[in-house]
Amino acid sequence: MLILNLKSTGPFIALCLVFLLGVFVNEAFLSSGNLANILARSSFIGIVAVGATFVITAGGIDLSVGSMAAFISGCMILLMNALHQSINSISIIICIAVFASIAMGLLAGLINGLLTTKARIEAFIVTLGTMGIYRSLVTFMADGGTLSLSFTINDVYSSVYYGDFLGIPYPVWVFFSLAGLAFVLMNKTIFGRHLFAVGSSEKVALYSAIDTEKIKIFAFMIQGFCVSIATIIYVPRLGSASGQTGVLWELEAIAAVIIGGTALKGGYGRVWGTVAGALILTLIGNILNLTDMVSNYLNGAVQGLIVIAAVVIQQRNGVQAKS
Amino acid sequence: MEHRVKLSARLEQIFVFGFLVWALQMPSFAQTLGVSVPAATHGWTGGLNFHAEETKDRLENQYPELKIVLVTASNASEQANDLEDLLTIHQIDALVILPFESAALTGPVRNVERSGVFVTVVDRGLTDPSIHDFYVAGNNSEMGRVSANYIKSRLDQDGKIVILRGMPTVIDEQRFDGFMSSIVDTGIEVLDSQYANWNRDDGFTVMQDFLSRFPKIDAVWAQDDDIAIGVIQAIRQARRQDEMFVVGGGGMKDIIQRVKRGDKLTPVDVLYPPAMISTAMELTTIKLLADAPIEGEYILSSPLITEQNADDYYFPDSPF
Repeated sequence: MLILNLKSTGPFIALCLVFLLGVFVNEAFLSSGNLANILARSSFIGIVAVGATFVITAGGIDLSVGSMAAFISGCMILLMNALHQSINSISIIICIAVFASIAMGLLAGLINGLLTTKARIEAFIVTLGTMGIYRSLVTFMADGGTLSLSFTINDVYSSVYYGDFLGIPYPVWVFFSLAGLAFVLMNKTIFGRHLFAVGSSEKVALYSAIDTEKIKIFAFMIQGFCVSIATIIYVPRLGSASGQTGVLWELEAIAAVIIGGTALKGGYGRVWGTVAGALILTLIGNILNLTDMVSNYLNGAVQGLIVIAAVVIQQRNGVQAKS
Repeated sequence: MEHRVKLSARLEQIFVFGFLVWALQMPSFAQTLGVSVPAATHGWTGGLNFHAEETKDRLENQYPELKIVLVTASNASEQANDLEDLLTIHQIDALVILPFESAALTGPVRNVERSGVFVTVVDRGLTDPSIHDFYVAGNNSEMGRVSANYIKSRLDQDGKIVILRGMPTVIDEQRFDGFMSSIVDTGIEVLDSQYANWNRDDGFTVMQDFLSRFPKIDAVWAQDDDIAIGVIQAIRQARRQDEMFVVGGGGMKDIIQRVKRGDKLTPVDVLYPPAMISTAMELTTIKLLADAPIEGEYILSSPLITEQNADDYYFPDSPF
């Protein structure tokens, strides 16, 4: 049975409106090349934001994702360059790096999770700390410059970002399958129900015999996993990482989650809303590049306005749905 | 009570004695040079930090009586705090500073100068130029002009170009104005210009959008080598590398290498060397130790790097 909830359609209405704006601004917007670019580009923030949906639903927040992505990218590049000395098969090197990346992501999530639950430090402070740590580590590893993947490896690896299946770029496939999995995990499993419970009231959840610490740690580990997946498709794009990689991703991811209708105070999450949120954010940037109607100096203002408008539309629909 | 007084007097003696021992063991420095630069947040500042560290080691080895204190700051107010520390704790005799922002640091640097410290300003001039004793800088507007002149000659005074700018700062304005002033009377049309924040990712996305928007582009002025790397990748993805060429700026080793190889997509680069910090540190040291006349301004030119002279500008060990 399909019940149409107006509140849940809010982000998609906003997405359609921004899309129409794009069509109106420049005819090049609808070209298949541009649409493929937008989708592929949104997959980084999108994948990270899918993970953030879990953390925020559990009542936490993760500010470290951008730095974590930069740090894992840097480690992957150093690892692949080092393996290149001893292993001839480039596909094996890439496989090892991919597994190492996932392991690092899970571990980083575990660290954030343990510090928030076992050490009982506010998630905001924990992840603010790890954010600074990962950012400095990657700058240190790169000597303040840029880490570059060896050309021979990147020639093979770059197809992960630039290649496509049925005309749709691989990153988009990854993004949407991950979102599908996340949707099932959040809405169709016991873990998902517990996640909602922990986010709405930790005490009540605890008294209902839910292992709240475990749920929260899992949420941070899902976030870490998502960051590593985003990294795996980010590295082949430019084959480099630096102190600038992933700057402000955390804010964009959180914005995507909130635009998508997840409650910032926790207890309620929407994976597909987050996907729409990430697409809206990418579309705004794309549209601003396709027009010279707006002064360059005002790009930030336009972005801010559209983000606020998108949330207003969603709230309006929420009010209508209630009455 | 009496006991306590005795104890504190005794402690005092111990402290004084300890301090004397410590002070005697400290090598006495004739001169202290403070160096304050922005932290390595992107390629160019990374190169800057690399050259500053290297110059510090070399100068300290060469002149045992010289002590160099190098501090990095990630924003303007942090840099202002650094200046206070350099003055009160390290009691510097000379300061080499690359200000984060011109206006915000004019006051703090003036305070340093008033206490009798020799001040060398690098790259970003202060709002009040009477403060510095010595000024070392690249020439941003010349960098813009050199880039424009190359594009003009390659396109035969006529064609369509796009520009990727850095961030809204004085440096970016000067480069942009220098560039635009050199193409006013030509048939060269600037299709659009957008900020790419001096990084690869934004260079990539902005160029992707330019490529979807404009069916014909003859040249790209990226004005920074990090941006240029992103631009090149976007052009390759669109398979339009035979249609246009890219002019970056700075002198990043990856780009210089391409120029050296005779890459058609990046035929040239325009120098804006982060090693200018070494020039400033060396000359300020000479002022401190030899008291040779070091005054006025030292402006580095921004030569065009081509396949022929690329070897002279290629530093494989630098992170930039």
